[in-house]
Amino acid sequence: MSTNTLFFILGIAVLVCPATLVVILGLPPLVGRPLSEKTINRYAYAATVIGLLASLFMLAMMLVVGTRHVPIELGNWVIIPQQHFHFHLKFIFDRLSIPYVILSFLLCGTVSAFTSHYLHREQGYGRFYVCYSFFLLGMIVSSLAGTIEVLFFGWELVGLSSALLVAYFQERPAPVINGLRVWSVYRIADAAFLMAAVAMHHLTGAGDFDRLVGTGSWPDGIAVMTGGQALSVGLLLLVAAAGKSALVPLSGWLPRAMEGPTPSSAIFYGALSVHLGAYLLLRVSPLLEVSVPLAVAVVIVGLMTSLMATLMARVQTDIKSALAFASLTQVGIIVVEIGLGFRYIALIHILGHACLRTLQLLRAPTLLHDYHTIENAIGGRSTEESGFWGRRLPRSLQNWSYRFASERGYLDGMLDVFVVRPFQRLFQWCDAAERCWTDFLSGGHSRESDEVQIHNEIVEELRL
Amino acid sequence: MFELHLPWLELAIVTPLVGAALVFRVHDPELAWRRAIVFTFTALCFTVGEWQDFNSLHTFEAHDHWDIFTPLVGPDALVVDELSAPLIPLAALLFFLVTLTTMKTKNRRFPFAWNLVSLSLLLALLSCRQPWGIIALLTAQAVPPWVEIRSRGRSTRVFTLHMLLCTGLLIAGWMLLSTEAGTLKNVAIIMLALAVLIRSGVAPLHCWMTDLFENASLGTAILFVAPMSGAYAAVRLVLPVAPDWALQSIALLSLATAVYAAGMALIQQEARRFFCYLFLSHASLVLVGLEVATPIGLTGGLCVWLSVGMSLAGLGLTLRALEARSGRLSLADYHGLYEHMPGLAVFFLLTGLASIGFPGTVGFIGAELLVEGAVAVNPFVGVLVVFAAALNSIAVLQAYFKLFTGTQHTTSISLKARWREQFAMLILSALILGGGLVPQPGVASRYHAATEIIARLETRESHPGLAVQSPNKHVVAVSKTSR
Repeated sequence: MSTNTLFFILGIAVLVCPATLVVILGLPPLVGRPLSEKTINRYAYAATVIGLLASLFMLAMMLVVGTRHVPIELGNWVIIPQQHFHFHLKFIFDRLSIPYVILSFLLCGTVSAFTSHYLHREQGYGRFYVCYSFFLLGMIVSSLAGTIEVLFFGWELVGLSSALLVAYFQERPAPVINGLRVWSVYRIADAAFLMAAVAMHHLTGAGDFDRLVGTGSWPDGIAVMTGGQALSVGLLLLVAAAGKSALVPLSGWLPRAMEGPTPSSAIFYGALSVHLGAYLLLRVSPLLEVSVPLAVAVVIVGLMTSLMATLMARVQTDIKSALAFASLTQVGIIVVEIGLGFRYIALIHILGHACLRTLQLLRAPTLLHDYHTIENAIGGRSTEESGFWGRRLPRSLQNWSYRFASERGYLDGMLDVFVVRPFQRLFQWCDAAERCWTDFLSGGHSRESDEVQIHNEIVEELRL
Repeated sequence: MFELHLPWLELAIVTPLVGAALVFRVHDPELAWRRAIVFTFTALCFTVGEWQDFNSLHTFEAHDHWDIFTPLVGPDALVVDELSAPLIPLAALLFFLVTLTTMKTKNRRFPFAWNLVSLSLLLALLSCRQPWGIIALLTAQAVPPWVEIRSRGRSTRVFTLHMLLCTGLLIAGWMLLSTEAGTLKNVAIIMLALAVLIRSGVAPLHCWMTDLFENASLGTAILFVAPMSGAYAAVRLVLPVAPDWALQSIALLSLATAVYAAGMALIQQEARRFFCYLFLSHASLVLVGLEVATPIGLTGGLCVWLSVGMSLAGLGLTLRALEARSGRLSLADYHGLYEHMPGLAVFFLLTGLASIGFPGTVGFIGAELLVEGAVAVNPFVGVLVVFAAALNSIAVLQAYFKLFTGTQHTTSISLKARWREQFAMLILSALILGGGLVPQPGVASRYHAATEIIARLETRESHPGLAVQSPNKHVVAVSKTSR
């Protein structure tokens, strides 16, 4: 068996594992045959372990052979040759994707093992794992994507599974409201991503990253775009990354996402998903070298995110939110590193931070127990002295900072006041105008929907 | 012109008419329902036969074997081509599924006979390329819903006014089009474009659609709008004769409607109206694709036409199933129905995501092509298309959360999907996911249809006198549109 064949088989194995898990966990509930917890665990365990082993073996092979760039070509998914339109299914194993894939399998496997106990006998156990399988597939596809369209495919899967898992405890309204907020921010960011993909198509004639960053493997590629082109595509990608990684000004959804169960919070907002935006910026980092304004924009966004998040993390009253903002602080620093061109440092920072934060978030439910243990050991309450800034800043500034941080930078409030409410008012006015018009045309009351009761459950008993 | 091996089109059109005649005489709702299922299914089989037969001929257009209409009415009266070949079975499938999934408690109120008439008219419309035939069939199509609204004791004025205006503009426009005077010709084109805009529900001429959803049964409303006969009229009547300024005007108005309807879908407090605006937004996006008239944009528009027809009909069926259990559904509060009907909830989400072009579903490639085509025309148009799609996606998930989550729903009876509903969900899910995972055949077919339409436009520009005719320019188009 030739080396290339072996590379191809391993590459396919890495991709097939999460795809198979989606089919196995997703189809039985659809036909009314949900799987037992034990079976679900077995399949989730098998998919992550086989995928991890295949990716580790791929890494070992690449080191042995001495290659740092292994493309897996699956041909064109869609092609219109006359128009030079193609959707190329291409995956790349390189120095950026391999560590991220290994990290994804490792952390997803860990979280799966934790979840099997944490959500034992929960009503939505199967639902969690269906979303989990979509998330795993989305992460692997995004990490290995060789074209921007494939990356968009995985990106969307990650977004949907995240929103549905935030709303996991769906019998209460709060998680659902927060899930919708997360989805809304994601969709606006995804719109920017789609525009970037189309712009890339128009500028380079294809969505392949190879075309974008030249033929050199990551991180040695050189972008083939002009500065202006790189700036326009790069800014769109920065918006997309800001949505996924909760960078300023799209950070408001992050604490809301903590409504989901702890395992999903750990894997999404502590470890993998929150770094996906940074990963995207790393993937297209050759663009930053072509356009200095773009690099400056990336640094500014990262810096602002980091400063705001560190402030907010200090005033949170629940451990998951505190960890979420602590996580965001680090993501901001990672983005600054990317903007400054320290790509390897950023990658290592992602790997280390993701592992640490997963551990912290998984330990979060036992925080009180841990405190009891510590306090029993020291024989009293732990005392907190005011820190460096607390002793030097004037009281008024401290108060302002506290308000600013506890209101989470007023980001959500501004979004509501300046975007959501005017939007609602505008369309409610249009709705009222339409009502007047149809009332006039029909010569009376034209809307039966106005009389629909909010809850009409009694009808069920009468109808069926 | 090539011939199909059997008179598939005639059989498909006549079968529901025969069925309607039989169902009209029946007073037992259960028997009427059973007969309607048999006849819609038979019509579906004929249309699938037509599609397969047409594909096996590898041609752009074909007419029936033993075609009796051509000698009587003239050429193009009953023709299947690349554009209509998949639309005909899709239309028949929607009618079959709506009939099949009608709950027994609704049998008494649902007009099966009139729906069979509607099916026959729709299939005839989709098989017709003759302008006067299209105008007559578009007009006749509005009769069954009108009868239903009237029989329910609701006001028909909004619906009647819009449909009469549409018909009047079509007739006057097409009559004026044959005049030589340039000004009158432009007036004729404006009239035709306005008629198509009314029929497609482009704002501010869309109120008939919300009124239809308010006053007709949900099944009838879905079946009237989902096949998008307005878009069909645009392709057959307007596209071959309209100059660029008219196409651009239609595209701009459609684009504005797509964004407006998406915004309206977000703030609706009732499920039917939400569905109506969601559909309106998607139908307008289809029109945008059709009117940008570039190969990629047109291919995208035609792909989205099919995907939206399938996915939003599925979404409508889910809402209809919910309404059959709980009555009209308010979106002002949460209902928490997931626990009682997980299958319907997942299907709602699947169809909703397919309609917005979520990856892996049938709408994904179409949406991408549409955006690509729009950006090629003008980046701002592309931005608005993407913005409308983003608003629609938020509206879909919001409706899902409102209907299926957010509270604990208590009921003493089973609300789960019945086997007929499960069957319909299975069929549509297979089409949505199958078309999403293997998109190439569908895209290739729509591209061929798009190139033929563009070829007609080019023929019109080079030979204005031939504009209304339908030359087979497929090969020319493919070579001309190639770079």
